[in-house]
Amino acid sequence: MAADAAAFRAEARAWLEANCPPSMRTPMPDDEVVWGGRRASFKNPDSKLWLERMAAKGWTVPTWPRDYGGGGLSDAEARILEEEMRRLNCRSPLQSFGIWMLGPVLLEFGTEAQKAAHLPRIARGEIRWCQGYSEPEAGSDLAGLKTRAVLQGEHFLVNGHKIWTSYANFADWIFCLVRTDPSAKKHEGISFLLIDMDDPGVRTRPIRLISGASPFCETFIENVRVPQENLVGGLNNGWTIAKKLLEHERKMIASIGERQRGAERSLAALAKAYAGERDGRVADAVLRDRIAQHEIDQRAFRLTQRRAAEEAKSGSPGPASAMFKYYGTELNKRKFELLLHCVGTQALGWQGDGFSRDELRIAREWLRSKANSIEGGTSEIQLNIIAKRVLGLPD
Amino acid sequence: MALTLDADTALIRDTAFDFFAKRSPVSALRKLRDDKDALGFSLPLWRQMVELGWAGFLVPEAHGGSDFGCLGLGQVLEAAGRTLAASPLVATALIGASALALAGSAAQKAAHLPALAKGERLVALALEEGPHHAPYRIATAARRAGTGFRLEGEKRLVLDGHVADLLIVAARSSGTADERGGITLFLVPADAAGVARTRSVMVDSRNAALVRLDGVELGEEAVLGRVDAGAEVLDPVLDRARAGLAAEMLGSAAEAFERTVQYLKDRKQFGVPIGSFQALKHRAAAMFCEIELARSAVVAALAALDAGGDEASALASLAKAKAGDALFLVGNEGVQMHGGIGMTDEHEIGFFLKRARVAQASFGDGAFQRDRYAALMGY
Ligand SMILES: Cc1cc2nc3c(=O)[nH]c(=O)nc-3n(C[C@H](O)[C@H](O)[C@H](O)COP(=O)(O)OP(=O)(O)OC[C@H]3O[C@@H](n4cnc5c(N)ncnc54)[C@H](O)[C@@H]3O)c2cc1C
Repeated sequence: MAADAAAFRAEARAWLEANCPPSMRTPMPDDEVVWGGRRASFKNPDSKLWLERMAAKGWTVPTWPRDYGGGGLSDAEARILEEEMRRLNCRSPLQSFGIWMLGPVLLEFGTEAQKAAHLPRIARGEIRWCQGYSEPEAGSDLAGLKTRAVLQGEHFLVNGHKIWTSYANFADWIFCLVRTDPSAKKHEGISFLLIDMDDPGVRTRPIRLISGASPFCETFIENVRVPQENLVGGLNNGWTIAKKLLEHERKMIASIGERQRGAERSLAALAKAYAGERDGRVADAVLRDRIAQHEIDQRAFRLTQRRAAEEAKSGSPGPASAMFKYYGTELNKRKFELLLHCVGTQALGWQGDGFSRDELRIAREWLRSKANSIEGGTSEIQLNIIAKRVLGLPD
Repeated sequence: MALTLDADTALIRDTAFDFFAKRSPVSALRKLRDDKDALGFSLPLWRQMVELGWAGFLVPEAHGGSDFGCLGLGQVLEAAGRTLAASPLVATALIGASALALAGSAAQKAAHLPALAKGERLVALALEEGPHHAPYRIATAARRAGTGFRLEGEKRLVLDGHVADLLIVAARSSGTADERGGITLFLVPADAAGVARTRSVMVDSRNAALVRLDGVELGEEAVLGRVDAGAEVLDPVLDRARAGLAAEMLGSAAEAFERTVQYLKDRKQFGVPIGSFQALKHRAAAMFCEIELARSAVVAALAALDAGGDEASALASLAKAKAGDALFLVGNEGVQMHGGIGMTDEHEIGFFLKRARVAQASFGDGAFQRDRYAALMGY
């Protein structure tokens, strides 16, 4: 076991060293993040090369089966690969809702044909997916969704209005929760549909965030015909899949503070630089205490993620994902508050002169971080889940 | 370094949980308190622990122990924390054994470790002098006298100090108070001339004592480790003390939390269980997270101490900070969520709150551990 692990580590390290282009080992600017898709653009040509090499190796999705474009690695091997990538500061070759959310549920609930059709294209970054869950009247109360899908012969006819659909304006396909039985109880009349956004009946309208960026949209679906074969997991069985997908999504968002962006300056380094240093220490004892508190929590949180991975019998995150979603996102928000505290008014610039590029990023990332405890289910909803499903407290 | 327990350690854990639940429930501590028991713990119970080998977990095999390690002893301490069991586990099996095993001369080890592992020698570390943990702030003087030393000073919060057979005294042999250098550790028989011990009755009903050293004459052979370099022994011993106490606090926090969650399910107001109120649910869920984090930190610290890497000190402080904060939170919320009954002496939840404060302050509270963590991390 240990010998195998060591051999795999050596192999992974050698391969990464030989194949990861040097520019892919530097901190990743926002405009070089690769999301793939039919309209993918690569500002840095090395990003394309890196994606192709990783995809050919199956390492964009290391634990998926080889048949579907994966690397066929065990969880332990995947962790080693991750560690080696971190060691070399390798950028993540592909960001993808297909990888984080849809893929895992297709592997669990998809038909053979669905897996063969969609998984390899996700793995290679050819199709970019977005998530059509939330609606104007259905946020935390997701099961209250109204988008209708009516079965007509071989097709569903879909009509509805989704909102907060991240990157819908860049996506090729959308996985959608739709109501297929309006007379059933609200959780029991929902289905999970895959919809090609090439259809002219699908329109998107970007919405601007407080951070100034427009990463999400309203999505309008009007008289769109969706082949029956795009129904995942059976008619009116969508809620089960929806919840499973959310567990994967939450696990992903929980690690929001860890997303690989190469080397970044630590809070302590920033505090020393912007707020003062005395005898090699952060001069302000209050600030120092807050940084240590944060780093201690962050480290204990990471240790808990590792412990959970060691204890998990299956790959499925389960209700504990609510804890990671809650704690990880609250931690990330705290990190940005602290970052602002360390950097002072140099972190409050919006644009133009007087601020470095890195400094200008801080305010926007701070604002963006506020969404972490909302997207994928709010912190309050996660606490509800822990109370009910982990602690067994009554309704 | 795994964060899950191997089969042997898991077995120790199960045995210990069962042992304390059956033989030393919280009512045992109440009885010791109410009886004003002179020892402050049950000797027969201690003998049973010794029989299970727990006194010798940190004692090398050559000296009659099992050298089972910190992770194993941590499981026992966590189990003891569940029922707030009073015993010499912390002062003797954890701290005393560590100091002697890590720094003792061949003669010192031979003289004390076998007896310690057999449960026949109780040890106490006489370190603190002020109301806040400050391991280098030592004014107790060790002056050269002939070929030996003469100790003068006063120590407080000496765990098991009034019942110990052997005191490990930190004294200043050179330098000024607060200086890391210039501290020397001495092995002092509790019955040596000039040693006066007074029990301090603490809010958590656990053992502590005031120890006065009034011209205690010692030979060179009483020095544990090297003269003026006591901090080199103290640091790793305190790392173990912090991680071990963190394990104990984790057990107390988990127990107080489970009791509170059960109460939320049982107690009805407004015709419904109070656990259906979201204001309480969310606080319970937040406590759950803090305990899970504390658990990971404690396991990591104990395992790192056994592995002996340079991460151990930072992880020990991290674990002490997290477990202390978790117990503090749960102790307070536990009382609040029990309402009036939680304020009564008859109910046991208050015992956890009382223990929380003393355990938190012992060997450094959260602020101390964070400052130390920052220093170790270079800021
Ligand atoms: C940046 C971002 C990206 C997103 N991306 C997507 C996406 O790609 N696809 C998608 O489908 N959705 C997406 N969402 C939507 C997200 O899932 C919802 O915003 C979220 O579920 C909350 O719903 P809501 O906005 O309607 O808020 P509401 O549900 O109206 O909540 C408002 C407040 O009430 C609280 N609240 C609600 N119910 C309860 C309760 N039972 N107990 C206690 N408190 C409660 C909430 O916690 C919150 O504080 C995104 C959101 C953001 C911010």
